[in-house]
Amino acid sequence: MRQRIARRLSAAWRTASIPVLSTALALVVAGVVVIASSAFTGNGFQPLLPVGAYLQLFVGAFGSTTAIGNTLVAAAPLMLGGLAVGLGFKAGLFNIGVAGQFLAGAFAAAVVGASLATSTGIVAVPTAFVAGALAGAALGFIPGFLKARTGAHEVVTTIMLNNAIGFLLTWGVTDLVRAPGFSFPRTGDLGNSALPILLGRNLHIGVPIAFLAIFVIRWLLERTTVGFQIRTVGANPNAARYAGMSPLLVITFTMALSGLLAGMAGAVQMLGVIGFYASGISANVGFDSIAVALLGRSNPIGILFAALLFGAFRAGAPLMQITTSVPVEVIDIIEALVILFLAAELIVRRVFRIRAARAVPEEIATVTRTWGEQVAR
Amino acid sequence: MIVVDFVVYLFTVLPDLLPIILGLATPLALGALCGVINERAGVVNIGIEGIMLWSAFNGYLAGFALHDTIGAGPSLALGIATAVLTGAVLGLLHAWLTVTVRADQIIAGTMMNIAAFGITGYLNRLIITPSGRGGAGVLGVLHLPPEVIGLPAVGPIIRMFFEQGPIAMSVVFFVIAIQLLLFRSRWGLRTRAVGEHPKAADTLGIDVFKQRYLNVVLGCAFAGLAGAYLTLESTGSFQNGMTGGRGFIALAAMIFGRWTPVGAFLGALMFGTATALGVVVNIRVPEGDLGQILKSIPTFWYAALPYLVTIVILAGVVGRSIPPAADGVPYEKEGRA
Amino acid sequence: MNERPPALEMRGITKRFPGVLANDDITFDVRAGEIHALLGENGAGKTTLMNILYGLVSPDTGEVLVDGTPVTIRDPSNAIAQGIGMVHQHFMLVPVLTVAENVILGQELLRGPFLDLPQAARRIRELATQLGFDVDPDVRIEQLPVGQQQRVEILKAIYRGARILVLDEPTAVLTPQETVEVFTVLRRLQADGAAIVFISHKLEEVLAIADRITVIRRGKVVGTRRPSETSDVDLAVMMVGREVLLRVDRGKSHPGDVVLKTEGLRVKDDRGHEAVRGVDLEVRAGEILGIAGVAGNGQDELVDALVGLRRPAGGKVLLGGAEITGAPTRRIRDLGVAHVPGDRQRFGLVLPYPVEDNLVLTSFDEPPFATGPLNLLRNDAAIDEWSERLIKEFDIRTPSRDVRAATLSGGNQQKIIVAREFRGANRLVILDQPTRGLDVGSIEFIHRRAIEKRDAGTAILLTSADLDEVLELSDRIAVMFRGHIVAIFDAAVAERDRIGLLMAKGGAAAA
Repeated sequence: MRQRIARRLSAAWRTASIPVLSTALALVVAGVVVIASSAFTGNGFQPLLPVGAYLQLFVGAFGSTTAIGNTLVAAAPLMLGGLAVGLGFKAGLFNIGVAGQFLAGAFAAAVVGASLATSTGIVAVPTAFVAGALAGAALGFIPGFLKARTGAHEVVTTIMLNNAIGFLLTWGVTDLVRAPGFSFPRTGDLGNSALPILLGRNLHIGVPIAFLAIFVIRWLLERTTVGFQIRTVGANPNAARYAGMSPLLVITFTMALSGLLAGMAGAVQMLGVIGFYASGISANVGFDSIAVALLGRSNPIGILFAALLFGAFRAGAPLMQITTSVPVEVIDIIEALVILFLAAELIVRRVFRIRAARAVPEEIATVTRTWGEQVAR
Repeated sequence: MIVVDFVVYLFTVLPDLLPIILGLATPLALGALCGVINERAGVVNIGIEGIMLWSAFNGYLAGFALHDTIGAGPSLALGIATAVLTGAVLGLLHAWLTVTVRADQIIAGTMMNIAAFGITGYLNRLIITPSGRGGAGVLGVLHLPPEVIGLPAVGPIIRMFFEQGPIAMSVVFFVIAIQLLLFRSRWGLRTRAVGEHPKAADTLGIDVFKQRYLNVVLGCAFAGLAGAYLTLESTGSFQNGMTGGRGFIALAAMIFGRWTPVGAFLGALMFGTATALGVVVNIRVPEGDLGQILKSIPTFWYAALPYLVTIVILAGVVGRSIPPAADGVPYEKEGRA
Repeated sequence: MNERPPALEMRGITKRFPGVLANDDITFDVRAGEIHALLGENGAGKTTLMNILYGLVSPDTGEVLVDGTPVTIRDPSNAIAQGIGMVHQHFMLVPVLTVAENVILGQELLRGPFLDLPQAARRIRELATQLGFDVDPDVRIEQLPVGQQQRVEILKAIYRGARILVLDEPTAVLTPQETVEVFTVLRRLQADGAAIVFISHKLEEVLAIADRITVIRRGKVVGTRRPSETSDVDLAVMMVGREVLLRVDRGKSHPGDVVLKTEGLRVKDDRGHEAVRGVDLEVRAGEILGIAGVAGNGQDELVDALVGLRRPAGGKVLLGGAEITGAPTRRIRDLGVAHVPGDRQRFGLVLPYPVEDNLVLTSFDEPPFATGPLNLLRNDAAIDEWSERLIKEFDIRTPSRDVRAATLSGGNQQKIIVAREFRGANRLVILDQPTRGLDVGSIEFIHRRAIEKRDAGTAILLTSADLDEVLELSDRIAVMFRGHIVAIFDAAVAERDRIGLLMAKGGAAAA
């Protein structure tokens, strides 16, 4: 019995060691950046600054029940966004369009939610939520369809859609659905469409929904024939075609489903936290989701933990900036460093002298390969 | 009828539009050159966006820090040098990751984009925003004598290429030079060999790693120059995330141009035109129905136009373009093959 | 006469790869003006030895001597500097570059900052004339037939001043006629004093061209012979280590109804050129139809079109009388067509998947492997049971069914595919290069299974670049040349030479 537990643990460590150690290294290196850059500020060189900053970051994320609530609330859209990116990876697709799909989801949820503000919650909440999810799915469908049809690579098309959708939604909120009575273009109040609070000040129902999504996607990938097709197309698209699967269909479906998850992230954030759509709402979730998916090795359970980690970072960062004046952007730097060490896992292996499973999901090789195969069939 | 009006309108504004188009195309063309030089050697670089952004910031920072002490002109020159150097150094990082460590090239590029976004946002908030000071200004534009501008037919063309700041003016030179070198020089031959069939190159004693390092660093220096254009020649200021997807449009231009410098440049001009259109219809509103129609289109649509055009072009063109065969494939030396 | 040291000597070369001892204390030499053949099965270690010589792989122990002087060869440029040239089994030519560009690559002729291609073209023409052939320096490699590509490879080595020339399986992709032409070139080089290492696993060729023959088995030298002192049977025993059946006994076929029929089938390749130009074929139940042909004459496109991986540009495909032209792979499979693909790692397997998932790759969504509404759910119990059965039945050597397919040997990987595709009652099995690169044991196994399958009444279409395999297995043989079937023979009356001539020159030769 004890032996079995030990074997389980060592297997878990083999898969988790590189992500965990990459995060540790990233925190150290980001600390060095903080120290170095402190020299250029009015306060002068502060070698102990990162210690204080990380302490405040921790307090901001876990220091109280409210803080823990904030962390969970921040983690919910990251779980969904991380799943969106991770699911794409499984099919050999790189959905960098989560930011745009998130915005589309948030916009649709806000518009539908505001229009149902006075209906009963049992109608308003699901309708607004589904509207957001579908908007994301629609936006994910486009690059999926284009890739399947023409070979246009999603890395470029999704980024272009991110930029375009930003302008189009701004136009939408300015000219089409602007709510009266506000000094700037925004959608109306959500009223009964807001996600119900389950616990404390802000722990809304979106958090359990996100947890549920983790397990649904895991089930889909591991236990269903659809999941088998997604994984086969990601691992070897040629073999998928040979076996009679339709990569065209799988790619389009997976991108739409990925967009659906990103749209859900937008809806959760809109209906649970932001409350109204206006130009310039943060789409941090876009980049964060990529980091979460990579850190979680595109495995749903891994994504769960990675999302909680980045949720904590995002929830704790404002307190850190207020108390230590280390800018919140340091989280972006940590994020980039985590990806750096995951990509260059060789460094991590060398530094810690470990043997471990490969950190970057293998299907990403398919993403890169299709870049070099942008030839329509 | 309206279509005819529109074409007529385009031709009337074209002389004024041309310099704007080249200006808008400059960062795209330089970014696309980076893509061509990298990918011809077999290294995919989707981090051009980030390299451009980081270089734009560093170039701006150099000008910002130095212009009080050494004056605007020299500080701008140093700013450009800083940006180009930043590009090259980041290129070195990309080369190390993709060639030596054999990290996935798409992930390495993603890391670059996120890192650039984070570090420039961080330093911007830490250093530039609190100071309340401005940068070193912008590089001057060459003003041509009216006789030259007025020349029939060639006047607007001359204006397009020479009524520009130094970076935009240099683009055409770089494009032609790289085109010639790529297809006619030893460097170009080896680059193409390494990008198409690295093992064949290796068996002839060509150092695949060295060639790829060289190309990635050189290419990224061009991305650095593109960044310098944004802060030091075009706007004179830095905003977070100011590249706004240009690094990716540059990649689309590269694909459109079938991995050739001249083709990519034409692609960049096309995207520049799509953007310029949005600028000019608001400045010089045409008369009659056409004016009504063009004015009734919301400005946000014009803003979204270049991105949508990119998607359409990409979807329409990739079927006919064939990238280097070993694009994106890390080279492994010792094997059983 | 033998006072001068050998042009090349390799002493005590040992190289270990993870899990394999590729070269075990190999000693080998070749003299100026000599052709020394290195004979061995696939995987015997010939290629590794030559890659060591060329600096592509570094040996664990051992030394290399050129003209009696020890040299260190760390990378190909050292080898080139020592006058060593290599013609690789898979040509090291850049398809999109011209002949001239390929030849000068690495030792470019320059005028100012630019390449001097006209002068390079002159040099290449000169060298080609010396070697007794003709080549256009300005044409792209991808436009040349395989035989000419190989000459460009030889030119590359000679252009670099090679005195020691290594050819790795040079005839593997050539027609018998092209082989004769290469031999002429090699004899000319030999007469000029070059030392030539000729690597092959084909007994007759080695006996025809070599002055000495060294046999390698499992990384070890078994012995060296002169052609006059040995025979093909003797060499075969040395090579394989036991008496081998040079022909599998296949018995008589009993052809039944026509299962597959194509009428005027035309198919385009990736570049949009017509690769299959009007093919009429019939394969009957209970017979093996073999398609002989040099690689690249449309066989791949033909197979792709038959299994739905490529849409025909014209003509018809009929299966048991019903038209399936342009039908999706899925439907064709459902109608009872199985396919062992030519490139097993690219098409036939998902390498990161466990063996069991690969065993259901083409039936994952059929009961009993899938259950529930629309067969959406995976049935692990059924998949486990099925894999255990196939692993036993087809003798797939794997530690367990959960092991990644990537970790198995080529022979066992191919057995996974054969096991999967031979399951159940198929009407048609398409065998595309079924034994390429496999060991003798696996080849025998697969050939035996194919014949059993035939005797059970399945129609089998075989394509192979290895003429011997086609001759060995087929009941009828079709020769494919430039997209046409130029002749169909009954295997009983087929002559090797005549087929070879047709493979090389098409119908014109038959006239």
